Amino acid sequence: MDFSLTAEHEMTQKMVRDFAQKEVAPIIREWDRKQEMAPEILPRMAELGILGICLPVRYGGQGMDFISLGLACEELEAVDSTLRVTMSVHVGLSSLTLLQWGTEAQKEEFLIPLAKGEKIGCGAFSEPGVGSDVANIQTTAKLDGSDYVLNGEKMWISLASKADYALLTARTDFEPERPTDALSCFIVDLKSKGVSTGDIKGKLGVRAGSTGWISLQDVRVPKESLVGEAGEGFKITMSGFDSGRYTVAAGATGLIRACVEASVAYANERKTFGRSIADYQLVQAKIARMAQDYEIARLLYLKVGWLKNQAVRNTLETSMAKQFATDASFAAASDAIAVHGGYGYSDEYPVERYLRNSRGAMIYEGTNEIHSLIQAGYALGTRKDRPLRREMPAYEEDLWHSN
Amino acid sequence: MNIVVCVKQTTDTAATLSVVDGEASYGDAALVLNPWDEYAVEQALLTKEAEGGKVTALCLGPDSAEDALKQALAMGCDEAVLILDAVFESADTLVVSRALAAGIEKLDPPELVFFGKSAVDSDTGVMGPQVARRLGWPSLNLVAAIPELDASAKTITVERLLEEGRQIVSGRLPAVVSVVKEINEPRYPSFMGIRKASKAEIPRWSAADVGLSGQIQPALSWPEILAPEKSEAVCELIEGGDASEIARKLVDRLVEEKVI
Repeated sequence: MDFSLTAEHEMTQKMVRDFAQKEVAPIIREWDRKQEMAPEILPRMAELGILGICLPVRYGGQGMDFISLGLACEELEAVDSTLRVTMSVHVGLSSLTLLQWGTEAQKEEFLIPLAKGEKIGCGAFSEPGVGSDVANIQTTAKLDGSDYVLNGEKMWISLASKADYALLTARTDFEPERPTDALSCFIVDLKSKGVSTGDIKGKLGVRAGSTGWISLQDVRVPKESLVGEAGEGFKITMSGFDSGRYTVAAGATGLIRACVEASVAYANERKTFGRSIADYQLVQAKIARMAQDYEIARLLYLKVGWLKNQAVRNTLETSMAKQFATDASFAAASDAIAVHGGYGYSDEYPVERYLRNSRGAMIYEGTNEIHSLIQAGYALGTRKDRPLRREMPAYEEDLWHSN
Repeated sequence: MNIVVCVKQTTDTAATLSVVDGEASYGDAALVLNPWDEYAVEQALLTKEAEGGKVTALCLGPDSAEDALKQALAMGCDEAVLILDAVFESADTLVVSRALAAGIEKLDPPELVFFGKSAVDSDTGVMGPQVARRLGWPSLNLVAAIPELDASAKTITVERLLEEGRQIVSGRLPAVVSVVKEINEPRYPSFMGIRKASKAEIPRWSAADVGLSGQIQPALSWPEILAPEKSEAVCELIEGGDASEIARKLVDRLVEEKVI
């Protein structure tokens, strides 16, 4: 068993780290306060190829593997969660879902500009009254001639107001045999007539990002916009989450690392009762816990990356990695505030932002309560992976690098 | 235009130097492409993009220095060569400049050789000028801009960054140019570059391969390395009713401490 990263992985890690630390870290507090996304970030991530990191070269991507995607997410979220959120929705939920399920024509039209970063993608699943209960999605898509007509509201959609395309799940069967057969997925151009979008303000965290809503009123999309087959929407949405949750897990791991680094630096600098606070065992216990959680979270996500490279189904492992890393990042951020004392409670230090940012990831891409149920299902034998009509392809260099 | 960029692997700038058992030690600090050399690599790439040709990165160092060359390849250099030999283990700048100059003479003849202004670890800042002297080429150092470069007329004009201002200097090609950070903004490696670099087989040249033989002795050595003694600072606040009283007390204290 070889746990070492390749030279390719190490260079990827350094490149993304340099970008995030040099270009985003100095400005992030200001944009977090403004509750806006710095306008230069998406174009810069596109220019550097980060937005297409693990897509095959022939579809406009950079041809790196799934481990590289995870490493990039770790580096991005070590600076700010909003950078990683972009990867979750643009790469995870939309681009990789199109790679797995899209037709060649859809890949040509939508995946290539997404992988090149010329267009931005998001995933539109949640609704004002529907989150974990995906099968209950209320947005409708009705076939009318050669078009589907979409109506409904999507809510809590990352990059809703920035994205060009949404991978969107809607109800197409109104008398299904099983509730999960009712849904279908579409790739929707958000510039279409009848689409309006907006941002949600006043969130606890990810304030330097864009989280919003999408309203669809008699939006006509050609029937070629259907991704996969009619009735496959539930499966497609869930396989999209297998990609998205991986990026959340890797990112939360980066957040834990940021908490360790900030806490170690502060503990060595701050003195109380005439001694460095790093000398106190209760401070050490907090730092040890964070460092241990970082290591565990990293092992979990890297294993998932490895499974993805081999095209081994990883719904269970991804769920574990996501739940563990996000819970641990919340605990690490809270402990980091404790290490920082009063200063940790103000935005003079980054740890309060880490805490606010960490909380969201315990809710989105499957609440951590849902993840417990998923994992219990596998353990109890009530849940089993069934083969999918289209599996995510394995990372094979020839396939990923050929033009 | 053939371009060579000479690079060194150094510790990360965040690393701290300490003395352990009489040896200078950076502990287990990360090793990187010398940050000043990133500007040299960038300038070599910009020059190639404007003039055509190829960029070869050349490094003298241990096994691990291959990573610095891979970084240069990932940024876009076409080729890389590592000069590696046990005889260079205690090399000083005179030995390194001899080896680099010999390495450059073994490559396709370049018109330009770039260096960073110095290495962040040893910080001698002499490698560019020394290599230029050995090659018998003009040495243009502390270069902050290259306003003119004419490959056919074989001329170059540069702006040297001096404390008093900028000095415009013209010279003939081939030349050795060492650059300061004001010259450009180094690019990040591209993913395609990273893939190419990670698979690259970097040729290794020994001292004999570059034509160096016999005694290769450094002229300088570090017989003893001492850490500066730690000084404890004590802060004392001088209080008083008004400024003149505080000043009087301060003077008394400074006299008492024999500072004045």
